[in-house]
Amino acid sequence: MSYEAIIGLEVHAQVQSRSKMYCACPVVEDTGDLQPNTYVCPVCLALPGSLPVVNRRAVELGVQAALALHCTVAPESVFARKSYFYPDLPKGYQISQYDLPLATDGYLEVQTGAGANRIRITRVHLEEDTGKLIHQQDGAWVDYNRAGVPLLEIVSAPDLRTVEEVRAYAMMLRADLVALGVNSGDMEKGALRFEANVSVRPVGAAALGTRTEIKNLNSFRALARAVEAEVQRQIATLESGRSIEQQTLGWDEARGATFVMRGKEHAHDYRYFPEPDIPPVQVSAAWIETLRAALPELPAARVQRFITTYGLRVAEAQLLSGESSVAAYFEAVMAAADGTVAAQDIANWITGEFFRLFKEHHLSMEQCRVTPLQLVRLQQLRQMRALSSTAAKAVLVEMFQTGEVPEVASERLGVLQLSDGVALQNWAERVIAANPTQVAQYLSGKSAVLGWLVGQIMATSQGRANPQQAREALLTALERWRSTS
Amino acid sequence: MTVTSPADLTIHEAVMLLDEGTLSSVALTEAVLERILTSDNDVRAYLTLMPEAALEQAAQADTLRNALRTSGASLPLLGIPLALKDNLSTRGVPTSCGSRILEDYVPPFDATVVQRLKRAGAVLLGKTNLDEFAMGSSTENSAFFPTHNPWHMDCVPGGSSGGSAAAVAAGEALAALGSDTGGSVRQPAAFCGLVGLRPTYGRCSRYGLVAFASSLDQVGPIARDVNDAALLLSVIAGHDAQDSTSLPDAPLDMATALCGHDLRGLRVGVLVDHEGVGVQPAVKRAVLAAVDTLADLGAEMVDVQLPHSEFALAVYYLIAPAEASANLARFDGLRYGYRAAADTLEELYNRTRGEGFGAEVKRRLMLGTYALRAGYYEATYIKAQQARTLIRQDFEAAFAHVDVIVGPTSPVTAFRLGERLADPLQMYLADIFTLPQALAGLPALSLPCGFDEEGLPVGLQLTAPALEETRLLHVAHAYEQATAWHTRRPNLTCSN
Repeated sequence: MSYEAIIGLEVHAQVQSRSKMYCACPVVEDTGDLQPNTYVCPVCLALPGSLPVVNRRAVELGVQAALALHCTVAPESVFARKSYFYPDLPKGYQISQYDLPLATDGYLEVQTGAGANRIRITRVHLEEDTGKLIHQQDGAWVDYNRAGVPLLEIVSAPDLRTVEEVRAYAMMLRADLVALGVNSGDMEKGALRFEANVSVRPVGAAALGTRTEIKNLNSFRALARAVEAEVQRQIATLESGRSIEQQTLGWDEARGATFVMRGKEHAHDYRYFPEPDIPPVQVSAAWIETLRAALPELPAARVQRFITTYGLRVAEAQLLSGESSVAAYFEAVMAAADGTVAAQDIANWITGEFFRLFKEHHLSMEQCRVTPLQLVRLQQLRQMRALSSTAAKAVLVEMFQTGEVPEVASERLGVLQLSDGVALQNWAERVIAANPTQVAQYLSGKSAVLGWLVGQIMATSQGRANPQQAREALLTALERWRSTS
Repeated sequence: MTVTSPADLTIHEAVMLLDEGTLSSVALTEAVLERILTSDNDVRAYLTLMPEAALEQAAQADTLRNALRTSGASLPLLGIPLALKDNLSTRGVPTSCGSRILEDYVPPFDATVVQRLKRAGAVLLGKTNLDEFAMGSSTENSAFFPTHNPWHMDCVPGGSSGGSAAAVAAGEALAALGSDTGGSVRQPAAFCGLVGLRPTYGRCSRYGLVAFASSLDQVGPIARDVNDAALLLSVIAGHDAQDSTSLPDAPLDMATALCGHDLRGLRVGVLVDHEGVGVQPAVKRAVLAAVDTLADLGAEMVDVQLPHSEFALAVYYLIAPAEASANLARFDGLRYGYRAAADTLEELYNRTRGEGFGAEVKRRLMLGTYALRAGYYEATYIKAQQARTLIRQDFEAAFAHVDVIVGPTSPVTAFRLGERLADPLQMYLADIFTLPQALAGLPALSLPCGFDEEGLPVGLQLTAPALEETRLLHVAHAYEQATAWHTRRPNLTCSN
């Protein structure tokens, strides 16, 4: 029997606001050397008597994410307490949202090899992160630096059918959130975390199978592998005549298998109720429109525009659209070139040389010292054949490191190809004078010698002569020689 | 008590003497500390005393008063010794909430209302006893010891702000702050012959008030007369950006509140007889006499009905415990407070909370947890919220016809220590008249209106529409001017 997988994703995205969700503590990046419990206050430590105040910026970013995902933003949304006991949860409840979330009913278009699919998004809501448990030999410790950091939870409908689709959805969502400035996209620091709801059913069946929930998936790879493993496990279970149990699962990266965290009978009752310390959050139509007007172009739309406006190939368009800083740079170069350099050439250089250099030097576009105008100049020198392709690449490396303009960099590297007529004429005449035998052979009809003579000019110029123009200069000089001798 | 002591002064009387220079804040504070020394062994109002700090603040206040005298500036509470209920966070001073679980907890910050008292120049004497986490009506639920009623040492002072009320009644503080979730300022004020004011929900910041039931908790003053209550309210009221439920600043006109005793044109809704509630005859008599006094002052008496108030007790005992069950979840022994020895996390939670909380707190946490369970939530919590809306609408309808509503604060006067401990429902009934206002978020005030056969005070409760504290104080002040109940002090018969 063949089966179809029914998958829904819950994504927890850390919101890039300066302060925490309900207090004024700064959100600090965990670089690993941060002292535990240094970015905490009475509110995020849940000292008695402390009260939460909603971070307005987090609400704005949440609304913008919701708008980008085509959701309906609730004019009034309600925060709710989700109660459970765990050491990383200082209040004994998480302030989240429950029956009246920030936004509902959106979608995300996902492209895979199988085509485009619209994945419905059921809800987008704001909540707070927990602290972090640190297990050491001397016991378990808790670090609350992360407690209260704003999270955006984005829940999809069970519209995903394949692992490829799951991966595409997750990556697309990440790209959008990064483009919106909502999320850093830094997976290694846990900026995005996934939970997958998985069930399978025989192809053609209408009823849904029993679903399991896989928690704590922190990379695209873990997400894809866990979903794949769980789908296979469920199919194998059904094939062997057993039934699927409703369970909460974890993912064992090393074993490449899911494991049971708790069964249905141990499912938490979170005892949700409206947070009495926070009045309902009102988002007016005017506020929504202001935030909508400030939405940046999203990667998918940009890919389309790059293809239609600049005639780029899909692959380059996608590479250039992934990060808004790269896309902005590309467009700045296009504007500076003003039609003098082909879009495809610029695209090739950015996605080729630039990306290679970024990777090599661990740089990002923001740190790039080559201005759009300098890149245009470099390309123009190449088009004028003042620089060979190889030389231009070397010059770019120099520009990267020194911030010099291309003319200065290539002059210093001594790689500028000379197309200066006088210089070429001088070299040509010198070569003719120094090689009478070969000149005589040429004049007597042995045109093959011409190549050797051009080689002599290249040698005399130490490679700086433009070969094509050297050839032309030589021909002119030889004709003049023929008529005077 | 025949010799008058500065400890028995009202705040406004003391301020006058301080301004005249006939009394110093140090002398005043010393008198109050002296009273504490002689009385508090019996009254047991205080959990924490700060005599040295108080005297130091008093000395600073005296210096400052001299300095300010030349500039003509003044601070409303400069040099006035006050007490704080021990569920108000005080920087560097233990804040136990009357609970073992917070016995050694010392907050690193001041509650907003405490900050405002300090800024107004107040001298802070100490922290007063309360029912554990403000859950109770007699102060017998304190984990440490019960407080006694200065009017009758065998009686409770009411609760949960019983320590604050007993301290003020005994001359162990000129006034105090309490907190009122379902009557915890008004009922002890009534039991101790004092003025207790519950402000409109949101009028005063809750930041730093250890939460019992967030949608109901309000800080309020307990004082010897209306004037003092008004003064304290004007100091602690006002918007606080740290409390999202605090309201924008609303007018509070003290001059209007405390002017004259003419109540002509005022429509007073009278609610004395309550279906199914046995009101003690002496209470009923005193309240009806007070109604007559209001009529004598020119007020017009109008019948009002609050048909859904009969559900207030049931509604309150679903909503308050539900909120409390989450609010008290943070007491887990991990970051502060009591922590039991344990080998596993589960054991740590169970033992810490099992040993740290008292019986009444556990009873309410279980009730609240039950009410919020999936599948029960709609029938309990949601239903209670709907009934709460009806109770609020009753008041709105009533206030279309009347300006204030009067009635008893409590159906009974102070009862004997231990008398109601075994029967929680009897204890809960002590709050029956103070719950509807709390559920509706309305300002209400209790003031003395007589005494029963045993010489125990009776409280008259006035209720006004939201943010109409000025009107509430005006009516209360007019009544007070026409009567002398508020001038009586208990005859403290102390054992040493």
